[in-house]
Amino acid sequence: METLYAVTVGVLTACSVFLILRGRSFPIVIGITMLSYAVNLFLFSSGRLAIDQLPLIGHSETYTDPLPQALVLTAIVIGFAMTAYSIILAVRVRGEIGSDEVNEPDHSDSEGSR
Amino acid sequence: MLSQHLVILPILVPLFAALLQLLPWGENPQYYRRIIGLVSCVILVAISAGVLIASTEGPQVYALGSWQAPYGIVLVADRLSALMVLLTAILALPVLIYACYGEDNLGSHFQALFQFQLVGIIGAFLTGDLFNLFVFFEILLISSYALLMHGGGKLKLRACLHYVLLNLTGSAVFLISLGVLYGITGTLNMADMAVKVAALTGDDAIIARAGGVLLLVVFGLKAALLPLYFWLPQAYAMTTGTVAALFAIMTKVGIYAILRVFTLIFGAGGAEAAMLGYDWLWWLGLATLALGSIGAIGSRDMRLVVSYLVVISVGTMLTTFSMGNERATSAVIYYLVHSTLVTGALFLLVDIIARQRGKTASRIVKGRKLAQHAVLGMLFLVSAITVIGMPPLSGFIGKLFILEAARTGAQLALLWPLVLVSSFLVMVALARAGSRMFWHTFEGKAAEEKSPAGQIAAIALLLTGAVVMTLFARPISSYTDAIAADLMHPQTYISTVLNQSGGAHE
Repeated sequence: METLYAVTVGVLTACSVFLILRGRSFPIVIGITMLSYAVNLFLFSSGRLAIDQLPLIGHSETYTDPLPQALVLTAIVIGFAMTAYSIILAVRVRGEIGSDEVNEPDHSDSEGSR
Repeated sequence: MLSQHLVILPILVPLFAALLQLLPWGENPQYYRRIIGLVSCVILVAISAGVLIASTEGPQVYALGSWQAPYGIVLVADRLSALMVLLTAILALPVLIYACYGEDNLGSHFQALFQFQLVGIIGAFLTGDLFNLFVFFEILLISSYALLMHGGGKLKLRACLHYVLLNLTGSAVFLISLGVLYGITGTLNMADMAVKVAALTGDDAIIARAGGVLLLVVFGLKAALLPLYFWLPQAYAMTTGTVAALFAIMTKVGIYAILRVFTLIFGAGGAEAAMLGYDWLWWLGLATLALGSIGAIGSRDMRLVVSYLVVISVGTMLTTFSMGNERATSAVIYYLVHSTLVTGALFLLVDIIARQRGKTASRIVKGRKLAQHAVLGMLFLVSAITVIGMPPLSGFIGKLFILEAARTGAQLALLWPLVLVSSFLVMVALARAGSRMFWHTFEGKAAEEKSPAGQIAAIALLLTGAVVMTLFARPISSYTDAIAADLMHPQTYISTVLNQSGGAHE
């Protein structure tokens, strides 16, 4: 289970880094969303993975750590709001500037024509 | 009863002020919102001063809901936190006064966002818990995203997009580092984590170090350290003057976090994880300082010059901090207070100058004469002298402390020339800008529209800070010495946080 979990987080992170390094805003937003998934999974595993255990002391002999779940919940809420904001911002940039290039497009090709 | 809850009040006051401002206030809402905002800022200054006085007796710990640390969440106001909170309050009041002359009408809810921003900044300074540091970072970031867009415009959009995307990635890295550190130490309370990290050995210590370096990356992004500072000049130069002036404290949040975490958890007492990242900070800080100076002299816009001054100050502070001795840390804190106030003043001043010059705005070219030529010229002169570090004002004293803190040969050989050459370059840049804007003006009529006296008074108020820091350099430096001693010997902090009884706030 740990291996599968680690591979999932790793692949998600690798894909998101690739997407974040792209030059257009839409892939970057997708990349950041994927990165937040990877981060949430990773945070969840920081209390160690356990199956069929309650986050309560005294119900059974073993118990799982409740804190990472609380942390993940906070991270999900914040991440969701931030993703929504960045999408709106990206759409506005597309609308007002007319291009979804993150950096100013290179003017060196059209130097003579201006 | 109130004194028991003193530590949380600096967070609650702006929070409630912001909520009040969001209520529908009838026909002329901005009038009431301004009053609420200004009253909140004045109260904040008074309360912060109270926290500062209380913190001289030792770290003040406030256990939220009386849950004892390390299980509950605590706020800690030691000398450093209290000073940073007071600095925020002192910066916020003049900036808000300046904004109340119409600048807050450029976009909706400026006043409430301003207060929320204060909540985030002050919370980040006061929290004693790493995860809450993340939460308060997010609060200040969310308001800063909106504030950065205040006033609208195409140029702001792109700068804001960069800022938002970079900070979202930064937040993800922050969470990863928190996961790593929590997985290894099983705690998020900073004092408790310091104890746990010091006890780590072998592989665990290496993982904790990895988590620590990730934290350094995040704080480096907030503080605008070399490979991560490229967002700053554009963002600060594009936004309105008031927002930029308030953001003068934002990079200092990153520096505060580095000071706190890398002395408390990864400081000298960190066993196998001790002195983590100090050598990185040394070289990156020096490079930031060098590139910032080149940026300042190469900029053709006054706002960009001031933005690069922020970068230079970050480089100076982090390099000095990485020397790791008490004198250096003390010098950093003195310089931090000075540079926050003076960059805040400069951003506001450039805003006024740009408005009075009209079409040429803040570009460093020949333009028309300003309406209030003499007053603005004097303010520019004073703030330039302060920020360059020429005698007699606080910049000179701050740089003197920094140069004095260098001890070993390598430190002397690199820090002295870089700091002095960068001061020289800044002097050239500001002298050029000043002479173009104030002396090489077009013949003919000066601009007619004068700026309100209140706005100029707000700038003067910030610059008074520089004068006060010069006059009272001795008491202030002995206070920063005490802060540095606290940071270098965090045992008091740790024992106060961990040993306080849960029921102290009945």
